[in-house]
Amino acid sequence: MAGTKNHDYHILPPDIAPLATTIGALTFTSGMVLFMHGMPGGHFVPWLGLAVLLASMFMWFSKIINEAHAGDHTPVVQLHQRYGMILFIASEVMFFVGWFWAFFDFSLFPSTLAEVVGGQWPPKAIEAVMDPFALPLLNTLILLCSGTTVTWAHHSLIHGDRDGLKKGLWATVLLGLLFTSIQAYEYIHAPFAFGQNTYGSAFYMATGFHGFHVIVGTIMLIVCLVRSYKGDFTPRQHFGFEAAAWYWHFVDVVWLFLFVCIYIWGNAGAVIE
Amino acid sequence: MATTAEHFQAHAEDHHHDHKPGFFARWFMSTNHKDIGTMYLIFAIFAGIIGGAVSGVMRLELAEPGIQYLQYISPLVGDDPSNFNATLHLWNVLITAHGLIMVFFMVMPAIIGGFGNWFVPIMIGAPDMAFPRMNNISFWLTVAGFCSLMASAFVPGGTGMGAGTGWTVYAPLSTTGSPGPAVDFGIFALHLSGAGSIMGAINFITTIFNMRAPGMTMHKMPLFVWSVLVTAFLLLLSLPVLAAAITMLLTDRNFGTTFFDPSGGGDPVLYQHLFWFFGHPEVYIMILPGFGIISQIISTFSKKPVFGYLGMAYAMVAIGVVGFIVWAHHMYATGLSVNTKMYFTAATMVIAVPTGIKIFSWIATMWGGSMEFKSPMVWAIGFIFLFTVGGVTGVVLANGGVDDVLHDTYYVVAHFHYVLSLGAVTALFAGFYYWFPKMSGKMHSEFLANLHFAVFFVGVNMIFFPMHFLGLQGMPRRYPDYAEAYHYWNQFATHGYEIMAVSILIWFVNIIYAYTAGKKAEDNYWGEGATTLEWTLSSPPPFHQFETLPVIEEAAHH
Repeated sequence: MAGTKNHDYHILPPDIAPLATTIGALTFTSGMVLFMHGMPGGHFVPWLGLAVLLASMFMWFSKIINEAHAGDHTPVVQLHQRYGMILFIASEVMFFVGWFWAFFDFSLFPSTLAEVVGGQWPPKAIEAVMDPFALPLLNTLILLCSGTTVTWAHHSLIHGDRDGLKKGLWATVLLGLLFTSIQAYEYIHAPFAFGQNTYGSAFYMATGFHGFHVIVGTIMLIVCLVRSYKGDFTPRQHFGFEAAAWYWHFVDVVWLFLFVCIYIWGNAGAVIE
Repeated sequence: MATTAEHFQAHAEDHHHDHKPGFFARWFMSTNHKDIGTMYLIFAIFAGIIGGAVSGVMRLELAEPGIQYLQYISPLVGDDPSNFNATLHLWNVLITAHGLIMVFFMVMPAIIGGFGNWFVPIMIGAPDMAFPRMNNISFWLTVAGFCSLMASAFVPGGTGMGAGTGWTVYAPLSTTGSPGPAVDFGIFALHLSGAGSIMGAINFITTIFNMRAPGMTMHKMPLFVWSVLVTAFLLLLSLPVLAAAITMLLTDRNFGTTFFDPSGGGDPVLYQHLFWFFGHPEVYIMILPGFGIISQIISTFSKKPVFGYLGMAYAMVAIGVVGFIVWAHHMYATGLSVNTKMYFTAATMVIAVPTGIKIFSWIATMWGGSMEFKSPMVWAIGFIFLFTVGGVTGVVLANGGVDDVLHDTYYVVAHFHYVLSLGAVTALFAGFYYWFPKMSGKMHSEFLANLHFAVFFVGVNMIFFPMHFLGLQGMPRRYPDYAEAYHYWNQFATHGYEIMAVSILIWFVNIIYAYTAGKKAEDNYWGEGATTLEWTLSSPPPFHQFETLPVIEEAAHH
């Protein structure tokens, strides 16, 4: 700022985005309390908060892209971003550890006291479960396939093939949307309800948070797609793309654990619908 | 370390003028690690006053058996004073607020957000943090979390206003036991400040790994930087598990899941596992940066490098790693199997080894040193004594069999206040007197700082030492009333609180003194023992330091 900077780090000017984002977040959480308790404003304040939150984040991330164009992202700053993204994904992994912990607590040590569980997994109250080798297997293949298409896009980008980049991203985004649609279809037709017992709680919350992460990852990839049409990303500098790809692989891996643990192992021996 | 670092830098920067932004931009849109650190410190002092006032109300009530004061305070949050259950509920709200405020909104913001932000970049020779904007949202999210927690006090919780769950938010008290919106505000307070802390952790790890000045290898970093690095990893890996756990609370409360509800097959003990998988690393999150501060101070005022530098650094790494596999020692009374208790007893006692390395290395650093008893050193030696008392009772409580008797008694309260209130907070004051002139440019009064220590030391020991006796006699924690037999030591502890409160007033007087009559602080006001990079800069440092990066020479020693 003082104009005598003699290093490659990025010294930023003051910015209102962090405070604006925080106000959005606090409005959203407070609004959710109103909503959950049927208090006045409960159907309005959360949306207001969400709108402020998303608008602030849009403003924030747009600035980062503009700074990248301005050349502020020197090699050392790009390394910062790599560290930052890897650490963020590490914290996300630990978030899912919490949900898997709950799942394994319920499935390995099913309650014997409750009528609804009866010492077995899936619990007694679950009359039928999904067939893991029907739509869930298809979804597994879709996500694995999308992992290859995002790598196709990445290699096209590295080799200067802009057309391949766009095609690969289109394929990935469409596969992501297809996954989310199939997941929604499964939720609607599932033979068991949300909550009510440990199965309905662990299944829907774990797969639901995964689905939320798929949607976030899809949005990241859509942003990359829009940016690739605007001519962003060079074969040497495209961390925005790489971060989205890393995140996409992360949601892919989480799904594999969900598929193997919750759908296949957790449903073994149960009545399949 | 780095005695020979570029002194010309500070002088060069004295000449060209700092271009500070205007008031609003500087304090509401900050991207400057020192300004954000200052805001964290001011926020922590503010939150600490509230958290301390809450404990004052608690000590006042506990001075005599029976309920004396709660019914006069409950109308302040909107309770009906004639409703005795609401009056008793206020007690639960007070212990909850005290715990959450002191942990999440006083110690953590002060020691990591405040001192970490101020001195980690400077000590590694960096101009700022890796992500200056994310640094700012970490701070604001902490403030937002505090606002959410404060809001919870004024809405219905269980049998009265406010969240009365304890800082651990155990189900089923926090689910079916507290139907009102207060606990939801409390849960979101943890979500908000937790998100801020995770972003802060990412920022510190990236800064420390990637912004060290040329020659500043990992094994030359000051121990305070090591301590913040380990702390940041603990935050990064433990907070998301808490986020999952309190999200389960939220859906159990509001959306019909049964994670912790036995009628749906759920397991309240699962919540305790998830909470303490976070909660145990959390207690190290609070104390490790204190270890780092104490190492800097002991070395400075012994005019010697820290004894066993590498052992000290890796002892903190070991404490951090082992800290993840001892969580169930908080849950001995939940009916864990004997084998499980044996494992957690053994694993917990292992922690005493790296902790012992630290205590003995501090003593060995002083041994044969040219010691100078300036105020930070007095506080640091007080820390070693008080923390060791808390560590020793920790080894007692680590035993599953002994804890069956002492669980949820005042012995436990005494233990964790010795390591936190007398450990972490003493380290905070040590750090405050060590660095306050560097941050403000004004010297405090050494006399008042030492007086502050003496009065504080007497006060806190009077509060917490008798709690060992009360606990061994069987007095349970978390009750506003007690049997006649516990009167003497409770009244004694309340007098201790009064003395401790006087010491805080002395501290405030000292701050006022420094700003009104304090001498201007020199670059290195502690002299030859202070060798880290912050002492090569002016006091206060320029708005942007190290615009030419310092070079750490090969021969420079820690």
